[in-house]
Amino acid sequence: MIELKSLTKKYGSFTAVDSIDLSVPDGELFGFLGPNGAGKTTTLRMIAGILQPTSGTIHLAGIDLAKDPLAAKSKLGFIPDRPFIYDKLTGAEFLRFVAGLYGQDGDKVEHRGRELMALFDLEDWADELVESYSHGMRQKLIISSAFIHRPEVIVVDEPMVGLDPKAARILKDLFREYVRRGHTIMMSTHTLEVAEALCDRVAIIQHGKIRSVGTIQDLRDEATGGGGLEEIFLKLTGERAARDAMEVLDA
Amino acid sequence: MTSRTLEIPAIGVAPKEMRDSPSLRHVLSPKIISARARPLGKTENKSGRIVLFTLIGGVFWLFVFGLLYRLLRYFHGIPEIGALLAGKLLGVMLVSLFGILILSNVVTALSSFFLAKDLDLLVAAPVDWLRLYGAKLLETTVHSSWMVVLIATPVLTAYGISYEGGFLFPLVAVVAMLPFLFIPAAIGSAITLLLVNIFPARRTRDILSVIAVLSAAGVVLVLRLVRPERLARPEGFRSLVGFISALRTPTSPWMPSEWAAQGIMSWLGKDPEMLPFYLLWSTAAVAIVFGALLHRWLYTRGFSKAQESGERLVRQGGAGRVVGRLLTPWGVMRRELVLKEMRLFFRDTTQWSQLILLTVLVVVYVFNIKFLPIHGEGVTFFLANIIPFVNLILAGFVLASIAARFIFPGISLEGRTLWLLRSSPLEMRQLLWSKFWVGTIPLLVLALVLVFATDVLLEVSGFMMAVSVFTITMMTFAIAGLALGFGALFPKFNTENAAQIPTSFGGLVLMMASVALIALVIMIEARPVYLYAASNLLHTKPTVAGLWLGFGGAGLLCLAATFVPIRIAVKRMKELER
Repeated sequence: MIELKSLTKKYGSFTAVDSIDLSVPDGELFGFLGPNGAGKTTTLRMIAGILQPTSGTIHLAGIDLAKDPLAAKSKLGFIPDRPFIYDKLTGAEFLRFVAGLYGQDGDKVEHRGRELMALFDLEDWADELVESYSHGMRQKLIISSAFIHRPEVIVVDEPMVGLDPKAARILKDLFREYVRRGHTIMMSTHTLEVAEALCDRVAIIQHGKIRSVGTIQDLRDEATGGGGLEEIFLKLTGERAARDAMEVLDA
Repeated sequence: MTSRTLEIPAIGVAPKEMRDSPSLRHVLSPKIISARARPLGKTENKSGRIVLFTLIGGVFWLFVFGLLYRLLRYFHGIPEIGALLAGKLLGVMLVSLFGILILSNVVTALSSFFLAKDLDLLVAAPVDWLRLYGAKLLETTVHSSWMVVLIATPVLTAYGISYEGGFLFPLVAVVAMLPFLFIPAAIGSAITLLLVNIFPARRTRDILSVIAVLSAAGVVLVLRLVRPERLARPEGFRSLVGFISALRTPTSPWMPSEWAAQGIMSWLGKDPEMLPFYLLWSTAAVAIVFGALLHRWLYTRGFSKAQESGERLVRQGGAGRVVGRLLTPWGVMRRELVLKEMRLFFRDTTQWSQLILLTVLVVVYVFNIKFLPIHGEGVTFFLANIIPFVNLILAGFVLASIAARFIFPGISLEGRTLWLLRSSPLEMRQLLWSKFWVGTIPLLVLALVLVFATDVLLEVSGFMMAVSVFTITMMTFAIAGLALGFGALFPKFNTENAAQIPTSFGGLVLMMASVALIALVIMIEARPVYLYAASNLLHTKPTVAGLWLGFGGAGLLCLAATFVPIRIAVKRMKELER
């Protein structure tokens, strides 16, 4: 599970994340929605231990990230939105390296690596350098690396960016099956259909604050008037759906 | 097939596309704005870094200025040949700088013309080819010349003051140096452009780095074969007349460095000549015009080729498996970290190709020692033992430059993948120590071979051999520690070209700090070595306390220079938010 208490991140006088309280229990796929610059990525990178919170606490699988960072991180798999990895390693070597960072090796890791690469149609590329991979292939490899050590918690920033429809479908199935087995996934996304179809609960964040949290039905009730997640999202974040396109283009 | 006619605009009228195209200033404006904004940016420990740089830079400048000023004052006192020697010295310094400039421009041009992130935007926008060339040439010149300007300033100041160049001398120096910087920039950019077009696209970057390194090695070898030390030993010439005529003959009459030296020396000799300045400026103009024409013909094709993807298949070597097995007792995490470091190093041509340069440096070094005249008449036991001690300073320099090439960029190269390391249960301490050992062990082997081989050639005593081995071992650890520490303090995470990392601001600070460390260690050890040599001459026993104090002090200094920078680096890495 993931537990955030009064989580805050300030950059000088700018508050990117403002006192967030959130609890994601085991076996839940939690969606994190919000407009650009709302604080989604900052929150996820704090949970992954990459950014230091200005104040507040983060617990991963019951372990305080600030007090025992190594133990907490050993429960975590992180998938960033930008797939930067070592260009001069092969896909298989990269997965082996990531497993090694979590102290895992041997036949089990090799087997999992092969299975994950096969799942994402990367088996023919396993022994080729990452520098020859496309953006989407790198993203698939990073997703595979987050599963290689079988973490209890997975944090994903924009998982669908760069994926082809088949890979997107595989990822959705993988996520659902993973939470069914009692693990926790927290993901941010702009693709509202993905959130609607996949997530047990979602939170909408705006200007660093949680605007609303609950199941899609809860949000629908709160937004009064129902409709799809897109309408709910726009109502809750107070954004205009679109300006008059003609007016903009005429400007 | 449609035929195309080439429209030639009337003289003085810019072609239409140029009139609509954004101006050179506009194309450069993001760089200018970024450069202006940099000092205002919020970077942690900024004031600390500025103080550190000012301090180290100030000491370095004063050192270069002081040394040269004293030497020039000495030359001043020698009638007839004093000014000739000063001119020759300036020529030799400038020709070295010219070589460095050509190389660094070739490497920098690859980044600024072909790999920079802003190129997608600029090439897709209606920017005229000439303006793009101008903007990128300026960028290349600035990036590859600033360090040479930093070094040249105290040198030229020393010349100006000791030869009383007057208040106009700075202007003369600028007039001579400006074309001196632009000529190699235009030539270097043109070489890069040709290479990118000639070699298979996917290997361009790799081949370019090998060529750059090979030519650097060539320059070193040529300089060595010219045997510049002959000029410092007039007794090697048949007569004084022979020596003077050798001094009068320009070393390289066709080199811009010679013209710059001539121009500056003629001003300082109160007999200004205009020809060197004409030559410099006209050559710069010709180089830029030819560079621009070449750019017009070849750039689009080269840029497209340079964008193609990299190598696909790799050989699975047995060495990795052996190292993997050897490292198993140290745990999975350490083993994988070391294996990763090795793979990244040997698969990156820009990295391993520098080993060629290294080999040449070592060969030249041992070659120099072999031909040192230390076994002739009049060479005392004292001298024979002092020279190997001085040998340590040179070996230290070689190690420092290798550490700057291989260990210093380690942290910067990790920049884009820090998310992975930071989100995993890996301690930053482990990461840095694994980088330390992967860099230090080969460095130490090289250092020991170098010092052992040269000491054997020098036939030193057992005592001096022990001192050399001890000192070089401790210095290797310290230099590697400094390289990692400065690498973390001055990282370049967003560079497109790894070859540029060692020549960054942090690399310069590292070199200066390494030189300071080597100087300190040698100064501390000078006393006990002197005591030992003196006691041998006088057939007395040196005081044990004196020896311990000296070597213990040097050892402690090296240990501090190893551990303190790594501690600072660990702290800095923990604070990094990427």
